[in-house]
Order: sequence, then C-alpha cells, then structure tokens
Amino acid sequence: MSLSDFLSQASSKWLRDEGPESDIVISSRVRIARNLAGHVFPLIATESDKQAVLDEVERAVHQPHVAQLGRFEMLKMGNLSAVEQAVLVEKHLVSPALLESSGSAVILRDDEEMGMMVNEEDHLRLQCLLPGYQLDAAYSLAERLDDALEESLDYSFDETRGYLTACPTNVGTGMRASVMVHLPALVLTGSIQRILSAVTHVGLAVRGIYGEGTDALGNLFQISNQITLGQSEQEILSNLHGVAKQIIDHERIARQHLLQQNKDPIEDRVCRSFGILAYARQIDSKEAMQRLSDVRLGIDLEIIKGVSANILKELMVATQPGFLQKYYEHEMTPGERDVKRASMIRERLRMDQG
Amino acid sequence: MLCEQCGQRPASVHYTEIVQGKKNEYHLCEVCASQKGQAAYQALAGPFSVNQLLSGLLHFDSTVAPRSDAPAPRCEHCGLTFAQFVKIGQFGCAHCYETFAEPLGPLLKRVQSSDHHTGKIPKRRGGAMTLRRELNQLRKELQVSVMEERFEEAAQLRDRIRGLEQHLSSDGNV
Ligand SMILES: [Zn+2]
Ligand SMILES: [Zn+2]
Repeated sequence: MSLSDFLSQASSKWLRDEGPESDIVISSRVRIARNLAGHVFPLIATESDKQAVLDEVERAVHQPHVAQLGRFEMLKMGNLSAVEQAVLVEKHLVSPALLESSGSAVILRDDEEMGMMVNEEDHLRLQCLLPGYQLDAAYSLAERLDDALEESLDYSFDETRGYLTACPTNVGTGMRASVMVHLPALVLTGSIQRILSAVTHVGLAVRGIYGEGTDALGNLFQISNQITLGQSEQEILSNLHGVAKQIIDHERIARQHLLQQNKDPIEDRVCRSFGILAYARQIDSKEAMQRLSDVRLGIDLEIIKGVSANILKELMVATQPGFLQKYYEHEMTPGERDVKRASMIRERLRMDQG
Repeated sequence: MLCEQCGQRPASVHYTEIVQGKKNEYHLCEVCASQKGQAAYQALAGPFSVNQLLSGLLHFDSTVAPRSDAPAPRCEHCGLTFAQFVKIGQFGCAHCYETFAEPLGPLLKRVQSSDHHTGKIPKRRGGAMTLRRELNQLRKELQVSVMEERFEEAAQLRDRIRGLEQHLSSDGNV
C-alpha cells in the first residue's frame, strides 16, 4: 500500500483535516467522565461487573438517540494486538490507562471525531476531538453524545456534587477541555516559561504532549482546565478560551519578532531541519519531532513552500512505534524503527513534490 | 479540655501527626485546626501538579482522621475505607461520596473552586433539580429587586416563583 493511501485510511479525521487557527492550534478536545448508577466504579469492579457495564453501554449506543449521531463501532481492548492498541493511543483516541484496565473497550464513530472509552477509571469517558481551534464545537458534539446516552442510561449524579466520578479531581462537570498548541517561537524566544507559570495560576494546566515540562518534544503543549467543580461548563470553556487566545497572540507576535530580528538564523535552522528530514537515513523520534516542528514553523513563516502544513500533525503520529510497525507490517527493534522512520518521512516529503 | 493553641475555645479536634517519624498529639478547637490545615496546604501547594497535590492533601487529611478509638469509616456499598481512598486517590462507588462527605468537603474546597456543582444537570432525570436551581436563582433576583426598590419587577418575579413552587410541590419533590 502506498504511504498516501495508508495515511488516509489509518488516520483519524482530526489528523487529516485543517481547522481554524491551525497555524498554531493542532486540535481541540473535550472529555466528559460519566458513571452508571447501580454499578461500583471500575477500580473495584469484578470482570462480570465490567461486562455488565459494557453490555449496558452497548445497548445504549444502539438506541435511536445515539444511532442518529452516526455509525459507532466497539473495539474491546482484550481483542486487539499490541500494535493495534498502540495505534489507538498514538492517535489520541484512547488513554494509556485504558490498556491497563481489564474488560475495557473503546466505542468510536467512523470518523473517529467522537467516541467513548468504557471501563477506564470511570465507566464512561466521552471524547470529541476536532482539528484546529474548535473548542465550542467539540463541547457541543460531546454534549449531544452525553444527552443521547442519558436517554437510556442512568448516570450517577448528585445535586450538590454533580456527576460523581471515581476521582474527586473530576467530580462536578466531569469535563476536561483542552487544546493542543504548537509554540515554537515562544520556546525559541525563551518566553514560554513565564507564560506557562502564569497559566497555572488561573486554574488551568499546561503540559508537553510528548515529554514533560518545557522539554516538550516538538514544541507541542496541551492546555486544559483543572477545575471541574464549582464552575459551569460554559465558565470552564470561556476561561480556557481567554487563555488560549492570549497564548495564540503571543506566539504570533513572537514569530513576527523572530522573522524581523533573527531572519538569517531562523531561516538557517528551518532549512537545515528540512534538509535532514529529506536526506537522513536514520532518525530517532526525539530528533524527528524537533525537525518536524522547525519545518512546520518554516511553512507557517513562508520560508518553506510546496510542503503541506499538515506534515507535522500527520508525521508526529505516523512516526510513532505503533504506526511504523503497522505500516511496515512487522515488529521492529528501536534501531530498526529509526531507519524506517527516516524512510517514511522521506517518502512523505516526496508525496508533496510528486 | 481547652484548645492548646488559643486556650479559649473547647478542643473538639484531636489528632496525631507523624513528621519524620516523630509523633505529635494535638487537641485544637475548630478555628485553630482549620488554620493549621491551611498552613499545611500552603506548604504543599507549591510547585505540584493537581494529582500530586491531591495525594499530598489526602495524606495530610489522613493525619486529621479520627484516632483509632473510633471505628474507621467504611463505605457500606463497596467496602472501601477512607485509608484505602487516601492511598489510591479514587473512590470505589458513588456512595463513597456520602460515606466520606465529612473529610471530602474541605478537600474539595481546596482542589476545586468550590464544593458545589453549578454545571450541567442530566436532562432526562434532572427535571426537578433544574427547577429547584431556577427557583433559587429567582429568589436571589427577587431579593435584589426588593432591595433596589424595583417593585414592578419584584412582583413579576414573585409570580414566577409561585408558579415554580406549585409545579414542584405538585410533583411532590420540593
Ligand atoms: Zn483554638
Ligand atoms: Zn463506596
């Protein structure tokens, strides 16, 4: 199979499509935790308890309210190979914790924009994941799924505490909204540290998508709400909007500053990275992420032309171990993966020139 | 026994704290105990993430738990004890929220923005709750309009409140 066919078949809609502000915002996600009344939480549930929850959820998904939202398919984690499980995690469709939990499953709509994890930490974790800056759209999709499921499921809900979750850090709305942002200029100009610490003071959290703290690989960060109780969904979203917009503005200003004040070094950096990606014969994932981030910045600053802007998002996922092994259809040692990763990146760059 | 901190109010909170292997017993009034809790929280809140913060707080709270002469609280529905919750950071079932309501309240106030849900209510099962919340909101608005002497508005609000109250009592769930 050609790489372009593979990528279009194997990747989710959020990876293929562009969205608003996609020069900086890679994706927007809303997750909602729900539990079913009358069942103990997965933490202490037996296999038969978990099966009962799974059956109840599966019945609910086949009810007309949910069915009219699209075609859903259930994948039980226990029935998947290690590579298939890894691919789901790499596409951000399931959490690593779901793989650890027995009797767990993911139910996905065919475009993979909407879905739910079953028997993770909570009975249900609904998820909507959209390309670019579309927080409100992601929430309204998640809310429609939530309402449709509630037509036939009895949620654990308390008037004072809200939706009851296994961990009290999620109780109340049960909602985590987040945006994934690419902030190369803020990292290069050294202002990232100040901004990240400011964000944590307003009840939001920032973490690297790959790697921790300011060592975030590929300059990719996730900004999300920490508070779930005492604020309404709308308040949480508007808080996050306020901060995300400021960060986007800061990043744009930093990019212009780089282009005006440091034109030669930034062009050199971007073009060197492009050269390495175009010609390297082996590359580890850490270097690949950094070079892809440089090239994406180069595309956004119009230093590099004729390469699709989607390349960062697509390759940051496709060059992960699970995806590589799926594409080349065999298990690989880390050394072998570095060779195949370089090969896949070269092939992807040729796609744009062909 | 009087509070050993202020010596004025009766000591109602008794607990032992173990710091670096050294055991201290405290007998405090509620005011001094909560101040002490606040200080411990400030020290913990430093550069931690919420999850670390939570487990830090839980471990602090475990030292405030009743001494061993009282039976350890255990959730009747799932069997989880508070000590287990402190260790794992997760509840076993929805009833744990009632069972451990007392130690949970202050904890929620610290890691969340309050201990009261103000967000979404389930659409199908939450009908009466939605009405009660609307009723509370209208009562607040009524107070404001009376204070500001906007009597026409107040009369309208009063009518809406009566309507809601009747609706709720006819459903038998005020
Ligand atoms: Zn005192
Ligand atoms: Zn319980």
